[in-house]
Amino acid sequence: MYVAVKGGEKAIAAAHEQLSRARRGDRAFAELELAQIREQLALAVARVMSEASLYDAELAALAIKQSRGDLIEAIFLARAYRTTLPRFGESLPIATERMTIKRRISACFKDMPGGQVLGPTFDYTHRLLGEMGKAADEENVASKPGVPASCKMPGVAHLESLASDATASCPRVAKLLGNEALIEEPPSPSHARPGDITREPLGFPAERDVRLQSLARGDEGFLLGLAYSTQRGFGRTHPFAGEIRFGNVEVEFEAPELGFSVPLGEIEVTECDMVNQFRGSANAPPQFTRGYGLVFGQSERKAMSMALVDRALRARELGEEITAPAQDEEFVLSHSDNVQATGFVEHLKLPHYVDFQAELFLLRQLRREWEERHAAVTATQQPSREAAE
Amino acid sequence: MSAPSYNFAYLDEQTKRMIRRAILKAIAVPGYQVPFASREMPMPYGWGTGGVQITASIIGPKDVLKVIDQGSDDTTNAVSIRAFFAKVASVAVTTRTREADIIQTRHRIPETPLAEGQIIVFQVPIPEPLRFLEPRETETRLMHALEDYGPMHIKLYEDIARHGHIATTYAYPVRVAGRYLMDPSPTPKFDNPKMHISPALQLFGAGREKRIYAIPPNTEVVSLDFEDHPFEVQRFDRTCALCGAAGVYLDEVLTDDKGARMFVCSDTDHCECRQAAPRLAEGA
Amino acid sequence: MRRAAPRPRFSGFDDPVFDAQMTFRAVMNATANPGRVEELSLLPDMPSRLAASLAAAALALIDHDTPVFLDRSFASDPDIAASLSFHTGCGFVEDPSCAAFALIGHPAECPAFSSFAQGTLEYPDRSATLFLQVEKLDNEAGLRLRGPGISDSRHLAAAPLPASLAEELAANRERFPQGVDLLLFNGSRLAALPRSTRVEG
Repeated sequence: MYVAVKGGEKAIAAAHEQLSRARRGDRAFAELELAQIREQLALAVARVMSEASLYDAELAALAIKQSRGDLIEAIFLARAYRTTLPRFGESLPIATERMTIKRRISACFKDMPGGQVLGPTFDYTHRLLGEMGKAADEENVASKPGVPASCKMPGVAHLESLASDATASCPRVAKLLGNEALIEEPPSPSHARPGDITREPLGFPAERDVRLQSLARGDEGFLLGLAYSTQRGFGRTHPFAGEIRFGNVEVEFEAPELGFSVPLGEIEVTECDMVNQFRGSANAPPQFTRGYGLVFGQSERKAMSMALVDRALRARELGEEITAPAQDEEFVLSHSDNVQATGFVEHLKLPHYVDFQAELFLLRQLRREWEERHAAVTATQQPSREAAE
Repeated sequence: MSAPSYNFAYLDEQTKRMIRRAILKAIAVPGYQVPFASREMPMPYGWGTGGVQITASIIGPKDVLKVIDQGSDDTTNAVSIRAFFAKVASVAVTTRTREADIIQTRHRIPETPLAEGQIIVFQVPIPEPLRFLEPRETETRLMHALEDYGPMHIKLYEDIARHGHIATTYAYPVRVAGRYLMDPSPTPKFDNPKMHISPALQLFGAGREKRIYAIPPNTEVVSLDFEDHPFEVQRFDRTCALCGAAGVYLDEVLTDDKGARMFVCSDTDHCECRQAAPRLAEGA
Repeated sequence: MRRAAPRPRFSGFDDPVFDAQMTFRAVMNATANPGRVEELSLLPDMPSRLAASLAAAALALIDHDTPVFLDRSFASDPDIAASLSFHTGCGFVEDPSCAAFALIGHPAECPAFSSFAQGTLEYPDRSATLFLQVEKLDNEAGLRLRGPGISDSRHLAAAPLPASLAEELAANRERFPQGVDLLLFNGSRLAALPRSTRVEG
């Protein structure tokens, strides 16, 4: 007798066991500790936190370990956990202009109040495998006492002394441009309840809050590709990296029963303000426009891609012709979620026997009918040849 | 595990030969974009991999190299690329335009006029001047083949109709030796006239887009324009706050958050030379 | 059992990396300044039938990606094909239109320029480069050249050249951006006539 179910259960249990073994690898080597992942694979942790919309480095590290380093799987794990958490309310908007800066650069100005702070970046390293630059001797670096040397670029000659009183402040570059009305006003603060794509289905056209949420949890690779396409002429937006800043900001929560806000703690974020050329339209004067990106942890690639795609998606609002994929809101927002995308792509591995059987049945029928028609046509057109054969 | 070792100037000899052959074709057909098998470099695409591959293919141990970004020798990427060649090719490096045999640049041409025998290597992000009119390579290649540059004129004329002047400020298209339409890389159009009949050899490398093109010395380079709207460069109505230079390209530097700003030379070497020799500067 | 590696009869460049770089720079300078005669200082050990500058340019530019055509005078010396093949890994073709480089020992009998690859209008770079070995090469008089890379005009004297050279070069310029590029070699000297150059008289 054929009992598929029993065998299936066994096979699945065995597969899970194999997964556990594979996950652990050769037991001759020490098992990874979560703190090692959190501390030494911090950028992977940041990506999982961003795309899972869950700021918890420890849980993200756990997800990375459990997923064997498959980050989309890790994002999936963290999201599946997040969805079980109770929700207390909304924090106040974070004030990134008051960020404790670890890195802050602008490609628009050589120098500006606050300066160019390079921070921890791969940008100026040579990608020579095995060379970890000056930090190669990790013990040496780790045991070095005191604070690391300043990574602020030297300013323009006598500007340094001028700016000494301004070192504490690090105003947004976009705000500096705003003083001359060369850049559009930022959207005025809204007291409307922000949308939440984890609780309400996405509708089109989407408001910008919802759109930015979608992009923030969107797949880094997908947004990167779309952002790149705008640079290559498929929805060009003439971008300049107005400012990229990475550091810590405080999260505050206003409990209605208290009537004042209480700090919940600090989070690390990367923020990108893209400044885009705009020639003006019938309703808008020529001025720079904005694209915005914000992600958890340090991820400039994602924050920049997000800002480029955000700007591209403003095409309709700004009266630009919509010709390219990156400008098509429905296309972008419907396909940017990697947990959704991987689910649907990979679901093709699931059994489809029943549907396939139906298709087989149909195809055989169609073939039979086609062959009958074809034979009839051939018979009428070439009777002599058939006769000869 | 021992660290891998690399050839002189990083690239292997076969890659250099391939790039060298592409450079010769590029010089023989001025302004034409020669496809080449661009390699992965130890810096990311978009950071000058095309320029770095050209420099690595032409540089020898006797050359003196200068690297600038935005006109400056001390911007992060310039420092990084200069350090790369000092390390992998052990060449002498300089910040002085006059002392350099090879100048690799991103976004500027030095203010100090280039001399015969010098080579300037431009880092190019999008080599195709028609790309933003027509995103498909098959189409733009045909347009170049047929010398079909009407759409570019129409685009510039639309600017005039709308703004009263051409609104392209950098990567301003040029015609090389009366034939190919060429993107001068995203240099401000201020620098376009420096390309015309330059005594230096100008090489352009686009790594991600896998193209090399060139302008031989003493070659006509004409910025597109119209009889009633001749080509014009940016003019600054002030001088450099550090060296007092006029008629040079200036960077705007913000000095506070109340709108105060100053203007300084984008070409740091030019500025430093003038500051070091004020009497010479007066004569300049 | 150990077998000795085959030793080439001609040892090529002393230092393949740096000599190739110096040679290339001379060829590049020549191409960027059409007609200007460049002098090479580092010369390879190659068969004597090859001008030293031609041999150096061949070692610097040719490899197994670039099929080579040898004219009858060069093909008649088996050392030439053997040493080029040993040092560069190149293959040889009989059909001139299949060659990336054509090495011509007797320019007076050079096949018509149009029989070599000309490139296409879309890809003019898919064309041949001709190496012509001559017995005289200087900037004294001779051809008057104009075009990119030349301030006003430049003189180039080279001999012997095909009798129909003037017409060949004019036709080559007509085909621009298609066409072939010429490199001329004599002793340790070389000069270039890229397709962009116009030749008068």
